Parts: sequence; structure tokens; C-alpha cells
Amino acid sequence: MNNFLDNLPTLPLAPWVESAMDWLTSNFSAFFGTIQKSGKLLMSQVTDLLIGIPAIILILLIVILAFFATGKKFGLATFSLLGLLFIYNQGLWTQLMETTTLVLFSSIISIVIGIPLGILMSKSSIAESIIKPLLDFMQTMPGFVYLIPAVAFFGIGIVPGVFASVIFALPPTVRMTNLGIRQVPKELVEAADSYGSTASQKLFKVEIPLAKSTIMAGINQTVMLSLSMVVIASMIGAPGLGREVLTALQRTQVGNGFVAGLGLVIFAIIIDRLTQSFNKKKVQ
Amino acid sequence: MEKIKVEHVSKVFGKQIPQALELVKQQKSKTDILKKTGATVGVYNASFSVNEGEIFVIMGLSGSGKSTLIRLLNRLIEPTSGNILIDGENISKMSKDALKTVRRNKMSMVFQNFGLFPHRTLLQNTEYGLEIRGVSKEERKAKAEQALENAGLLAYKDQYPNQLSGGMQQRVGLARALANDPEILLMDEAFSALDPLIRKEMQDELLDLQQTLKKTIIFITHDLNEALRIGDRIAIMKDGTIIQIGTGEEILTNPANDYVRTFVEDVDRSKVLTAENAMVRPVYVNVDLDGPTVALKRMREETVSLLMAVDKNRRLKGFITADDALLAAKKHEQTVHSIVQPEILTVPPDMLLQDILGMIHNSPTPIAVVKDERLLGVLIRGVVIEALSTYSEEAESHE
Repeated sequence: MNNFLDNLPTLPLAPWVESAMDWLTSNFSAFFGTIQKSGKLLMSQVTDLLIGIPAIILILLIVILAFFATGKKFGLATFSLLGLLFIYNQGLWTQLMETTTLVLFSSIISIVIGIPLGILMSKSSIAESIIKPLLDFMQTMPGFVYLIPAVAFFGIGIVPGVFASVIFALPPTVRMTNLGIRQVPKELVEAADSYGSTASQKLFKVEIPLAKSTIMAGINQTVMLSLSMVVIASMIGAPGLGREVLTALQRTQVGNGFVAGLGLVIFAIIIDRLTQSFNKKKVQ
Repeated sequence: MEKIKVEHVSKVFGKQIPQALELVKQQKSKTDILKKTGATVGVYNASFSVNEGEIFVIMGLSGSGKSTLIRLLNRLIEPTSGNILIDGENISKMSKDALKTVRRNKMSMVFQNFGLFPHRTLLQNTEYGLEIRGVSKEERKAKAEQALENAGLLAYKDQYPNQLSGGMQQRVGLARALANDPEILLMDEAFSALDPLIRKEMQDELLDLQQTLKKTIIFITHDLNEALRIGDRIAIMKDGTIIQIGTGEEILTNPANDYVRTFVEDVDRSKVLTAENAMVRPVYVNVDLDGPTVALKRMREETVSLLMAVDKNRRLKGFITADDALLAAKKHEQTVHSIVQPEILTVPPDMLLQDILGMIHNSPTPIAVVKDERLLGVLIRGVVIEALSTYSEEAESHE
């Protein structure tokens, strides 16, 4: 029996994937090259802009934002102040700004792609049955795997980092948008229909407003996932706090690794609480 | 004039639709059909017509297909077969665009659980129909405010639905429908989620409204008492089929089959009338708050010459008359305390009307219906006698 199994020829899936990749890179190299160049330019400008703002002003702005976003409570504001001062003090400010750019871009791209995709899924059961397994695939595949096509398409640097992060962070927004819209009470959908709403009126005046808190929960997850890709993306040259962690790992510098990791944790907590507070504020 | 005409309309949910329709023709029951074909028959071969300005009630128990039927009229549910004509136009064959125009201009719907949008204020909810039609901001605001004013809820216009009681929410639901000025109102168990007294009040309001508006109303209910109160004609449904259509009188005196008969007998039993059944909404002043001028204004508005007097917890204190209130107002008194007359007859809500009849005959004032000292309603001689006489007539016609 074993003999039979051993005699079966190996399915050449790996070579197929490779030749598909080769085909894509050779035929669309100009396209990928343009994205790589313009993306890099844009992102480095944003990073420069963030670094250009005096750190103390940016910190104060974030603290004030945290104060008001959490309903004039001091908890998150104090944490943000101390946390950001600590990161600055450790000489990781530039890296933090680079990480911010990466998270910002991959989150925005994920949201811009994810919400329309989620809406499509909620409206069409066929779309749902196609997209759902794709999302499962994207979420269960180890994040590292995305680095390979990212490098093949875009070389190394921040652009492939964002590419890999988007693939990794996209699913929650898509899923939660779909869920949120499907959960709108039937009677309210009927009410919208019975008054003669067009599909887009129903979507923008009833469904999206009612699904908002669910969609926001998805966006929060997307932001957190794209942050978690920061360290992994540093393996293909994405700059930021992740690169510090990676360097420390490669040189077994426990102290440096710990400090950079702590910086990431602080950053994660701040953006998590901030995005959550935007959500709570909207819920009556 | 015929406004709505429904011809042989059926709705089957699921697959194997032709087979299921065939089985219905053979008068198989819903469960049999579900077992054999996996299809659920919502409505089978419904035909009726509704005249302009008529309140047409569709009555049946849950699962009888009445909610499906009303949704076929504006095609929230697509009919499987048959024709639905509104003003001679065939709704069931209409393009999406034409259907949208009909929904926007001709018919509005009121829902059992109100169907109000929780993220919109009452005003924004009331504006919804006008907003999606592209009516200008000023105009739709004016119309919506007028509709809320008519419902007595203008003061709450910037509140959100969840801040209001059920009765108030449904008034908004109705105001939203009326703001659109539709010719047809579809009311799907509109009052079923409300408690009995509010429900009765809303039924009265609907009847009052109908006096002036003369809309064509399709009203769904599972409550025969409600159907009898408000319906010009009533259709009774069972298992997706309409089994009798007629006026309340016709259905009570001449039930089409045993099923209808059991319904009607049920009504008779509940018509062992108590004070609660015959009481009307009390008109009252709050002695802790209102002065004689307010009292006079309210008497004018409600065209009564006598008001109940209650405190802020709605506990009955007595009554005041128009003459006393006028005198007090002339003397510029600020409260009505001095003119409240405490001598008023009170009865509990579950007291039988027969027993009240003697009391009310000798009483110069209406009788107050009171529970736990709180004023629930008022019994007026005319109403009590009318209620009793219709009851005994019905009892006789049954013997």
C-alpha cells in the first residue's frame, strides 16, 4: 500500500506557483516598479513629515486627542504621555514614526479595499461563498509566507512590508463589514425598502450607520493586525521598531530587544484604545 | 371606487414551487406540503378588493400568512403568481423603477415593532420618506414637523426612538408614514406590541384620523376585537388562505365555517363587559401643576364641561366643572385646588357593566375607573348603555 503511495508522481504545485510568480514579475515588472517607486516616495515623505514635527508637539497632540476621545478621562492620556516620552527617551522616536507610517498606510489600504468588499459580500451570497474561503486562507497562512511574493514583486523596503501587512490585516474589516450589514434588523431593511429607497440610499442612510460599530470593531482588529506584521515585515527591510527588534534578535542583544518590544507594546495599546474609543463614542 | 385589487395571488417559499401549488389545490395541509416538497405556502390564491377610503382588516393567527400577504402588496415579498392591481396598475409585473415610484408616492407602511431607525432622531425618522424622494430640506422639515405636531410629538423631535415609550414610537411610525402623504397605508400588526389601553387609544386615534384623511388602509391584526373595532370589512385567514371576507356584522352573525365560529365565540366570551372595556380616555388636570386657565383651555380642546382632577402621580382627587374654573380664572387664582369637588363615584376596572348601570343612572358626573387610587379611565353614560345594548343584541342573534 505504501508502495503505491510512494509511486505516485509528486504534484508539481510548488513549480507551478513559482512559474506563475515568474510570469507575473516579468510581465508586470513596470507596473510593480511604478508602485514600488511612488509608494516609497509617498511613504518616506509622510515619515519625514512626522519626524519634522517636533516630538514634544506631536506627543502633546496625541495626549490631548486621547483625553477627549476617551470622554475627558485621564487614564489613556497619562499612559500616552509617559509611554511616548519613554520611547523618545530610548532614542526610538524616528523608528516609531516609521512604524506609524507603515501601520497608517497598510490600515488605510485595508479599509479602502475591505469595506467595499464586505459590502459586496453582504449583498451577494455568491460573493460571500467565494470570498469567505479566501479570507480563511489569508488568515491561516503564516504571515511569513506573504513576504516571498512581496519581495518578488516589490524588492525590499517599506512597500513590500505594506503589501504583506495588507494581505494579513485585511480579513477582519471585510468580515465585520459583512456581518454588520447582515445583522441590521430585517424590519428596518423592510422599512427602508417600503419607502422606496434605492440600493445606495438604503446602504448609506440605514445599513452602514447601523453596522458602524461592528465595522469599527473590524477596523480596530485590522489596525492591530497590521501592527503585528511590523516585526515580520522588518525581515524584508521594512523600517521602524520592528527592525530594532529583529537586529537585537540577530545580535542576541536582550536589552535592546526588550526596549524596542516594549515600545511596540506601548504603541499598540495607544492605538488600540484610541480606535476603540472612536467606536464607543458613536454608539448611543 | 376600487383602489386595490388582488387576483389569485399565491406565495410559496422554497423549491418545488409548482408541485407545492398543485398540492394546495388538493387542499393538503401546510405541514403535509412541507413534508412532501420542502416548500412553505405563505399565501394561497388570495383574491379581494379594497375600496378607496376603506379600512380593510386582514385577520388571522400567527402563521396564517397575513404578514406575507401585506408584504406582497408592496412587493417586499415577490408574489409567486397572481396579479396585484393598484389604481389599475399591475404591481406584480412592474419594473423595479416603477415599483420604487409607487412605493415612494402611493403607499407607506407601519410596522409591528415600529421600524424606526435608531440612529435617527424622530424628526429625521419622519423625514425619511421625503428625504429619499429628494424633497428639499426646508419642505421636508416643514412636512415632517407638521406630521409630528399632529401626532402630538413635536416637542420630542430631536430625541431618539429608544428614549420614547412604545405608544409614542408607534405614533412616530404613523407620522412617518403620513408625512409622505400616501394614498394607501399598510399597517402590519401596528398596535400589537402596545399594551391594551394605549392600543385602544391608538385605535381611536386612527379612526379619528381616518375621518379627515380618508386613506385606504390595509390593517393586519391577530385580534378579532381590534378587527371589529376598526375594520370596515374584515378578511379572515387560515393557513395562507382567505376563508371569509365581510363586515364585522356579517362575520359575527354568519361565520363561514367552524374555524371562524370558534373565533367569534371567543369574542363573545370576552365580551362579558367590564368597566375597563367601556371606559374612555380621561380628560384631566393636574392639581399640582395646572391652573384654571389651563383647565378651561383643555375643556375647550376636548369639548367637555367637566375635568377629572389628579395629582402628579395620576391619583384621583375629584373633578372640576367649567363654571367653577371660569370663576376661578376671573379671580386670577393660580391653582385649581379650591374648586376641586371630591365627591365622585369610582369603580374598579374589573367591575361588570351591568352592575354599574344603576350607579351611572343616578350620577350627575361620569364615573371614574380607578385602580390603586390611580385614574385609568372614565365611564360615560351613553357609552356604557351603547356597549351593553350591542352586547345583548349580539347575544340574541346567536341564540
